[in-house]
Amino acid sequence: MRKVYLDHAGTTPLHPEVYSLMCELMKNTFGNPSSIHSFGREAKKWVDEARQQVADLIEAEAGEIIFTSGGTEADNLAILGVAAARRKKGNHIITSSIEHPAVLNSCKQLAKSGFDVTFLPVDQYGLVDPEELCKAIRSETILISIMHANNEIGTIEPIEEFSRIAKEHGVLFHTDAVQAAGKIPVNVNTLGVDLLTLSSHKIYGPKGVGALYKRKGVRLQPVVYGGGQESNSRSGTENTVGIVGFGKAAEIAARDLDSEFNRTRELRDKLIQGIKERIPDVKYNGHPERRLPHNVNFSFSYVEGESMLLSLDMKGIAASSGSACSSSSLKPSHVLKAIGLPYELIHGSLRMTLGRINDAADIDYVLEILPEVITRLRSFSPLANKLTV
Amino acid sequence: MYNETVMDHFQNPRNVGEITDASGVGEIGNVVCGDILRVYIKVKDEKLDDVKYMTFGCGAAVASGSMMTTLAKGKTIEEAKELTNKDVAQALGGLPPQKLHCSNLAADALHKAIEDWQQKPERRSELSEIINKG
Repeated sequence: MRKVYLDHAGTTPLHPEVYSLMCELMKNTFGNPSSIHSFGREAKKWVDEARQQVADLIEAEAGEIIFTSGGTEADNLAILGVAAARRKKGNHIITSSIEHPAVLNSCKQLAKSGFDVTFLPVDQYGLVDPEELCKAIRSETILISIMHANNEIGTIEPIEEFSRIAKEHGVLFHTDAVQAAGKIPVNVNTLGVDLLTLSSHKIYGPKGVGALYKRKGVRLQPVVYGGGQESNSRSGTENTVGIVGFGKAAEIAARDLDSEFNRTRELRDKLIQGIKERIPDVKYNGHPERRLPHNVNFSFSYVEGESMLLSLDMKGIAASSGSACSSSSLKPSHVLKAIGLPYELIHGSLRMTLGRINDAADIDYVLEILPEVITRLRSFSPLANKLTV
Repeated sequence: MYNETVMDHFQNPRNVGEITDASGVGEIGNVVCGDILRVYIKVKDEKLDDVKYMTFGCGAAVASGSMMTTLAKGKTIEEAKELTNKDVAQALGGLPPQKLHCSNLAADALHKAIEDWQQKPERRSELSEIINKG
């Protein structure tokens, strides 16, 4: 059976070049980068190179990269770290209602200890209104955190505008760029951000490693204490092999950014067009233009997401949904709720995120299978068939 | 996540559809939690001559509707009233714990359909006929 992986926003497979390099390192380089001897220096050399590669992906300086255990830890470090360092300045934080749980729950945790958090609404496309942001800023505001691109609907936020507003008010600005980096150009200088989160496994690197970009001069209180690694911002012996894999993945992502952008965008548009042509009663979720090149999100009336995922999976197609049943929390997607979708359409949502391993034949296959799946599920849906109750 | 029996009932749901001249219809669940199950029954001689269902729901909802209708068909009304959601889950060889509360509603929907049938005017006259005969 054909296997079509359409969950690249969930995670990506290791790039073969990343895999080879990691294998080599695992075999030959075990030193602790903090050690002074040749084994340690060898490991440190690799970590330094990776730091430069990751910095290059976002046009930062190597010294501004803090490696972490992943995007979640980087988000936590940014939010909890700024909150602790700037506590005397104020206790107000602004974020959006469509953030990743790593940001939302870090903010909610702060709200329990005396911080006040504003969760900005979004419009029907998932965009935060810069005017709303301006209005929300107070003299006690110390941090604004708004994601670069949304993981569910792929909407790209106008980060430059937000960071300019933040700067005007003397507020630090953080963005979670986990979904954007490696997919669209991300330049910390043009974006004007103070802090930016990256994750390795979303860009064909290994899991368990990420990074926080921290502009020079920005002060953070660590979340993890210990031996003072990562310039005292994140203690713990470096995950050398993971970091090196991340570095390689970042290098490849930067190298292939344009070609992959164009290639996946073409596939994306083919898939979107095909679904609109072949399946009635669908709702296209997200922004038509300000959208990640690999993100497709539709709601199919009258059908439930987990049933869709199971049916597609039986045909070898891997996707994801914002339905309550398909999430471990059993809660419907907060993102789709925030853009104003009714519950029925939240449960009937399907996200397909394309990547390196997809080609046009994959899209043809999905366009053959998906209409069959939807038709079958609708055939026994009480919402599609309103006979008698 | 789901066992083979559940997946079989999800893939090949038994007794899906509607009964146009149903004796009773019962619906349970709501669109907020994401599972709706509607059951149609056809009663003949105090027995469930036919049971069909429609569902908007996850794999567990589809499978439990299928299993419930399989178990309920041919049962007397009294027997059908005894059928529980737990029985359905057991017949399916178990469901994931998080699905037991929200998606395992088929027996409840069946009981609602039976109530609906019992409350119908023609059913009331049927009952009074039986009572009068007795």
